[in-house]
Amino acid sequence: MSDSSSNGLREPTGDSDLIDTDYEIGQDNIETQIGPFGMDIHNPVFLISGLSIIAFVFYALALPEQAEGFFGWLRPALTSTFDWFFMSAANVFVLFCLFLIVTPWGKVRIGGLDARPDYSYLGWFAMLFAAGMGIGLMFFGVLEPVYYFGTPWGDEPLGVVRPFTEDGVLIPENVAAAKRMALAATIYHWGLHPWAIYAIVALALALFSFNKGLPLTIRSAFYPVFGERVWGWTGHIIDILAVFATLFGLATSLGFGAKQANAGLEHVFGLPNTISVQVILITLITAVALVSVLRGLDGGVKVLSEVNIVIAAVLLLFVMLTAGAIGTLTDFFSGLGAYAQEFFALSNPIGREDDGYRQGWTAFYWAWWISWSPFVGMFIARVSRGRTVREFVTCVLLIPSIVCVLWMATFGGAAIDQVIADPAGSAVRAQVIDSYNPPISLFAMLEGLPLSSITSVIAIVLVIVFFVTSSDSGSLVIDTITAGGKIDAPVGQRVFWCIFEGAVAIVLLVGGGLAALQAMVISTGLPFTVVLLLMCWAIFKGLQTEPR
Amino acid sequence: MFTKILVPVDLAHADRQTRALDCAADIAGLYNAQIILVGVTTEAPSAIARNHEEYAAKLAQFAQDLASRKSREVTSQVMIAHDPTADLDVSLLKAIRVSGADLVVMSSHDPGMTSYIWPSNGGKVAGHAHVTVMVVRD
Repeated sequence: MSDSSSNGLREPTGDSDLIDTDYEIGQDNIETQIGPFGMDIHNPVFLISGLSIIAFVFYALALPEQAEGFFGWLRPALTSTFDWFFMSAANVFVLFCLFLIVTPWGKVRIGGLDARPDYSYLGWFAMLFAAGMGIGLMFFGVLEPVYYFGTPWGDEPLGVVRPFTEDGVLIPENVAAAKRMALAATIYHWGLHPWAIYAIVALALALFSFNKGLPLTIRSAFYPVFGERVWGWTGHIIDILAVFATLFGLATSLGFGAKQANAGLEHVFGLPNTISVQVILITLITAVALVSVLRGLDGGVKVLSEVNIVIAAVLLLFVMLTAGAIGTLTDFFSGLGAYAQEFFALSNPIGREDDGYRQGWTAFYWAWWISWSPFVGMFIARVSRGRTVREFVTCVLLIPSIVCVLWMATFGGAAIDQVIADPAGSAVRAQVIDSYNPPISLFAMLEGLPLSSITSVIAIVLVIVFFVTSSDSGSLVIDTITAGGKIDAPVGQRVFWCIFEGAVAIVLLVGGGLAALQAMVISTGLPFTVVLLLMCWAIFKGLQTEPR
Repeated sequence: MFTKILVPVDLAHADRQTRALDCAADIAGLYNAQIILVGVTTEAPSAIARNHEEYAAKLAQFAQDLASRKSREVTSQVMIAHDPTADLDVSLLKAIRVSGADLVVMSSHDPGMTSYIWPSNGGKVAGHAHVTVMVVRD
């Protein structure tokens, strides 16, 4: 609840430019009763998304080799063929965001001229961060910088010097340059570009819903492009694609996340690394997410996101202090400086020779962030009413980017320092460079610090809680899209999506097919890149008519 | 006995609440009380209205219609929730507090198996409000 006057009624929120359409939210919905549960679902988005998800799960289970072969080929084929396209588009998104910050359109307020923010800065950041990136930071925080620093596979960013000889002996004079580039190249993937992608989607949805009065669903952002046709099949397809990418994105990450948590539990407690343990973990995560969605946005998702950020801050602070606060701060500033210096070289889409890095990592990341953007963007939109465009873009772009820089510099810097300090015996080197064991990388780094049994437990809890916060916000987003933009659909529907997502994750985990379907989700990044470019245009058109 | 009667209204399903509204109007006549209609809406466009100003206008119109139909004093109050599906009870309890109502008349569906897991809104409000609550089965 948020209200400003004593009678519970909000102040009027002032002028905005409502779009004149005859479409009524929910006009295509079916209201029915299934058993004891009331349903209010969009026809045909709900049914087609649900059924096609089931069909793809069956496909992955029935023809696992074919599915894995096809999507295993498709994803790298797309990212290596269209790397220039992904990278150019991501650059456009960053430039467009900067453009919005400096032009007068930055004064437009989301939700009308007199709207006031729904959430405090802290709650707002906690939610956008926990939904958008949390899990990735746990998985890649150590892995990615160390990988660029020392892998022998030729993925050095911008062809930087390698710090090891062919025989794996450290070359001291190359260490500083390699570490600097490793941090810059990692931060590049977690800094302005991904957050610009999220900001574009979020701003488009917030603008067309809160200012223009259209339903809070992906298709609304395309009103300037397709006009009234967005309420027909054009819009259905956009929404179905978004539900599809979101649900499979969440379910496959949930499956892999359970594997990471299990690997951690095995590493720390010697718990067996088996499918049954992972199924229990997914069930646990889904159960907590279920409680969270039932408690709603304020009582569940927001509270959990804040708890999540506090635990993450504790872990970050601990690593900073034990790995050496001065060293960490130095890494932070040198990482930030290197990121700034290499920004244009890393963003350049053409004429480069570091294919392993550019195609294998950068294009992969851009496709990945873009395929997540309908989910994260819609969630950010939902909690961002009342901010001005300038405030919104600045905050979504800069603050999470800085947090990511801090995280990567701390975890990556500490891990690289461990490799440098003890090139022969470091656990990080053993798990990332000598044998490639991604889920263990974080725990290997923690092992090199004091109190590792405690911090590893915190890390495992954090992985699980980050999954819960993605799972609950994802269920709310899917529920809203499949209810035709209604955010007050019956509670049974969000319960359904939450459980469905856990069930898909379990089925794929047990039957195989996680990798194939994750590759498929990332492949949806290509069409969505076009969608996002159209969104930039829609935002541009939409802002022009807004009072400011 | 009662001076302000609060009646939660779901504008999307106004047809299902005639019994509660009739009942509230009768009690208001008996005690010469005022009726306050409360609607909970969201910031986002909904099936009823494209923003909450439009919602407030529709609720006010609904209140006016009721007032002229029943010849009673009827006012309306809008509560805004971020997530109405989950925050309905909290919003209604807050409305009861801020409006100073001393009686709540609300309609509620017939309880079934699911009421054990998810109590109805009527049950929840009756369980937590400090004023008299009358739950009318629709």
